[in-house]
Amino acid sequence: MTEIIDILISASFWAAVLRIASPLIFATLGELICERAGVLNLGIEGIMVFGAFAGWMAVYAGLGLWPGVLVALLAGMAFGALHALLTVPFGLSQHVVGLGITMLATSSAYYAYRLALPEVTSPPRIDPFQPLHIPGLSDIPWLGQALFSQTALTWAAFGCAALVALVLYRTPLGLAVRAAGENPQAVEAQGLSVAAIRMGAVIVGSGLMAVGGAFLTMSAFSSFFFEMVNGRGWICIALVVFGAWKPGKALLGALLFAGFDALQIRLQQTPMGQLVPYQVFLMIPYVLSILALILMSRRAEVPAALMTPFNRGER
Amino acid sequence: MRLDPIAAPSPARTLGLPALALGATVLVAMGLALIAGADPLATLGLIARGAAGSKFALLETLNRATPLIFTGLAISVAFRARLWNIGAEAQLYAGALVTVVIGTQLGLPGPLALPLMALGAVLAGALVLLGPVLLKTRLGVDEVVTTLLLNFIMALFISYLLEGPLKDPMGMGWPKSPALPRDARLPRIVEGLRLHWGFGLALLSALAVWVMQTRTTLGYEIRATGLNAEAARFAGIPVGRVLVKTALISGGLAALAGFSEVAGLKGNLTADLSPGFGYTGIVVAMLALLHPLGVVVSALFVAGVFVGADSMSRAAGVPTYIADILLATALLFMVLAILLTKVRVVRG
Amino acid sequence: MTETKEAQDVVLRLSGITKRFGALTANDAISFSLARGEVVALLGENGAGKTTLMNILFGHYTADEGTVEVFGQPLPPGLPGAALAAGVGMVHQHFTLADNMTVLENILLGTAPLWRPGLGRGGARQRVQQLSRDFGLAVHPDARVATLSVGERQRVEILKALYREARILILDEPTAVLTPQESDALFETLRKAVAQGLSVIFISHKLHEVTAVSSRVLVLRHGRLVGEVATAETDRHQLAELMVGAEITPPAPAEARPGATLLKLEKVSTPARGNRTGLRGIDLELKAGQILGLAGVSGNGQGALADLLSGLETPSAGTMELTGETVTSWSPRDALKARIGRIPEDRHTTGTIADFTLTENAVLERYAQPPIATSGWMDWSAARRAAEQVIETYDVRCPGPETRIRLLSGGNMQKLILGRVLEAQPMIILANQPVRGLDIGAVTYVQERLIAARDAGAAVLLISEDLDEVLTLSDVVRVICEGRLSPEFPRGSKTPAELGQWMAGQGFDDAA
Repeated sequence: MTEIIDILISASFWAAVLRIASPLIFATLGELICERAGVLNLGIEGIMVFGAFAGWMAVYAGLGLWPGVLVALLAGMAFGALHALLTVPFGLSQHVVGLGITMLATSSAYYAYRLALPEVTSPPRIDPFQPLHIPGLSDIPWLGQALFSQTALTWAAFGCAALVALVLYRTPLGLAVRAAGENPQAVEAQGLSVAAIRMGAVIVGSGLMAVGGAFLTMSAFSSFFFEMVNGRGWICIALVVFGAWKPGKALLGALLFAGFDALQIRLQQTPMGQLVPYQVFLMIPYVLSILALILMSRRAEVPAALMTPFNRGER
Repeated sequence: MRLDPIAAPSPARTLGLPALALGATVLVAMGLALIAGADPLATLGLIARGAAGSKFALLETLNRATPLIFTGLAISVAFRARLWNIGAEAQLYAGALVTVVIGTQLGLPGPLALPLMALGAVLAGALVLLGPVLLKTRLGVDEVVTTLLLNFIMALFISYLLEGPLKDPMGMGWPKSPALPRDARLPRIVEGLRLHWGFGLALLSALAVWVMQTRTTLGYEIRATGLNAEAARFAGIPVGRVLVKTALISGGLAALAGFSEVAGLKGNLTADLSPGFGYTGIVVAMLALLHPLGVVVSALFVAGVFVGADSMSRAAGVPTYIADILLATALLFMVLAILLTKVRVVRG
Repeated sequence: MTETKEAQDVVLRLSGITKRFGALTANDAISFSLARGEVVALLGENGAGKTTLMNILFGHYTADEGTVEVFGQPLPPGLPGAALAAGVGMVHQHFTLADNMTVLENILLGTAPLWRPGLGRGGARQRVQQLSRDFGLAVHPDARVATLSVGERQRVEILKALYREARILILDEPTAVLTPQESDALFETLRKAVAQGLSVIFISHKLHEVTAVSSRVLVLRHGRLVGEVATAETDRHQLAELMVGAEITPPAPAEARPGATLLKLEKVSTPARGNRTGLRGIDLELKAGQILGLAGVSGNGQGALADLLSGLETPSAGTMELTGETVTSWSPRDALKARIGRIPEDRHTTGTIADFTLTENAVLERYAQPPIATSGWMDWSAARRAAEQVIETYDVRCPGPETRIRLLSGGNMQKLILGRVLEAQPMIILANQPVRGLDIGAVTYVQERLIAARDAGAAVLLISEDLDEVLTLSDVVRVICEGRLSPEFPRGSKTPAELGQWMAGQGFDDAA
């Protein structure tokens, strides 16, 4: 017990929570946007892989860090466009297409990686984002290290959450996106294009997923590894449910989740942690995700038209 | 744009479009080879030769197809009931695990051990899928995410066992299980040819699933549940029970892939027993349009792509991941092509 | 005078509109115009092409031929946004509201450029309240739509159009879901709208409404415009002839001879599910040889009662007796075993499986029993014979028993369901909206079959939102409102207006 308290009062723990949460926040917001418009995007896992690869590769090839993020964003949007094309106007099964996109994006990233670096044994490194020094705040004892020693990309993740909430609830665009996920007929009858709104949401959401992936290679680590996303995409889908499809709650969910993850990593190092097989600790995120789904199952406020394709003028 | 259903599609449409989808996939393959700086046509030739160009290649393809038939069947059975079992990977490992435990720990004679191993594997796989399905039917928890997450949990569990209780003391530190005794392994179909009875069992399973789906009330119930669960429930079909039965069959079939790989091919359990057979099963099932006999054909095709790409990669220097890209592309092209056999795209 | 008035005041002109769906011509070269401040009724039976025509006008469909002009400007086809911008508003028969959003959000949707920051809720709320007052459309702007009654939802739909300053209002079967009193209030709103210079197209298949509200009637039959008459110069008989080609003679069932009580509910309640009303301590008796009609505004517990009789719902309180025996275990299968025949409300989502063949659909309720199946094995030739029997006896028009049922018309689909139900010789028949959306031939067929089943001794529970239908067929009528049942009213003992008051909740003893 004292071990847990020791961890909780260490500044590095809280810094780690924010760091671990960042990719989850991006990707969860991305999935949330898709689902709010009525489209389940199971391409998330693969799009994160591709984002991780594309952002890293761009920097490795000589681009700057922010242009690298842009490359990841655009790559994610491209896969999103493919997903959107197949699931929105063609109305194909969102399950099958999403899994197909995950396979396609993952294998494309691996293929391109092998093509670019056929002979390497250890993955090359880039200079990743550095923690942003905020004059004043970063210098506060403990608090400065705990909360204000993050990279710009982490701040961008939090900014994104605020922006998504603002757009969803305070603008005509957000109203249209939410309505498309609740009742596409209502959107059509008010003269808007359901297809355009849904496709836009999937494309933008997929871009955010890719940025979440890019965070891994450009901020958290500095190399691209196979299987580095490791189910984070699926966890984000659970986080959307856990957050009841609301950006604020999803953000809290991601932080809570990151907290458990940071805790288990540190517990592994303690004498108590040595007694338990490390695989048990590694299972915790996945088990937590399932528990979150079970917990929320009774009061999930699913968008009413989630996974319901819309075909204009269907009789 | 708008989709208009076609009442009676022409044979040219129903056959031509899927053929077009495969053709488009071949074009993608050539494009990928070009990007890699290889000769597109030569690359295709190398893949084909690597898959079926020799007796060795053919046997390799059949061996690779065996677990894919099982996982493809597992997924086609589940998807028919609109049960999204994406956890065939976990069920496969559960089956492999039980196979190894029964085969190495109980010391039974071969004729007794093999059926018991298969049965134990089926039960284990069925149980692994039972959890997510009960969560779905009782609490409405989406099974896609739970089955996906179980894959990761199962992988870690296997990793723990292989480094702990199940570790082979003679394994020189490698995380692998002890090997099955000789007589607890599936025999070869023809002596001297590297093809085991797991393949025969896979064919039999496909036939059994086909009969089940077309001739039994359970098959009718599964199809009704998948096509319209609300109408099925109204008509008195116990939808929850049907889903549970579907899950047991699906999980069991996926577990047989693990059984067959361990007892027929590898002889022991390692953490890399399956290079994603559970996920590839989705492609196999979809390319077969969920038809159990079609699964056999599509598993052979998919296995051929993998085996062929492996061998081509060694010769032409195109990364083996080309196979995964092609299968994902084929999947997406195919679902689109199948849709377009039934609807027409119109303006307005 | 009329000619010059038309020339000046035409707000809408449809010219030569033709629309085909496959082999079916839904609209065949239809032309008409609408003047300022005029209510035109578009009359026709189900399937005559009224809704298709209005969907073309509004841009949901694109016509194969013909043009639409609004205020002299041609309307680009296939764009609801263009129709809205030109001043056309449409109140769809199936409301197009997002249930989990507020009234205000539903009204605001699509009214501002998408990229504008801010929703401007405050000003919008005031405008909505003003419109509510001006047109007599009381509804709270911040209420969630899911909590509203059907009548209130319709008001939201009208407000949506008025908020966008629609000059032409299309209402598709607006009274189908209302009580007679609510219909009167709607007509009052329309009068106010017309007084302010709006023009209205009122779609209906009910003659008495058409004569009450319109100044001109257009009659559609089989997709063709077969008549255009001034309301003052016509009568119901003439309109009926135009509409169906013959005078409508509703079935007139002979005096019922009620027998034993087959089903008895005492103080039965069922839980509310989501936004759906449950039953609140109802007593109900269904007697052999009698049709009991259940009238009521939709969403007042009809669904719960239908689910209860279907076996999908079990009572949370009270007792249910079948032929004198208390029911303990209850499921759809038990209901079938107890010989309850069920005609569900929605034949597409509940009654049939669209991608199953007629054969597979015909045996849906007895697939596990001999001769269709023995010990788990299907006998498909027996199933096919059963399907052929139903097709033959109930005049199901289809290419054959191996056709997928999605290719059938609604009427033929309903005949298959009817056949499936009646072939099992049910003791009790639950008929939930059995003729909704059917053309007149199919309506008469289904109704006559139900009367015949009654005469053969079955107890029939007829649930319908169409008060006329209930009054035509029922030997006794009861009204459902907020999960409670009115007393039994024998045939002819209450006028529609009196029943309408019950439908609105007046007369119920809340203490009980």
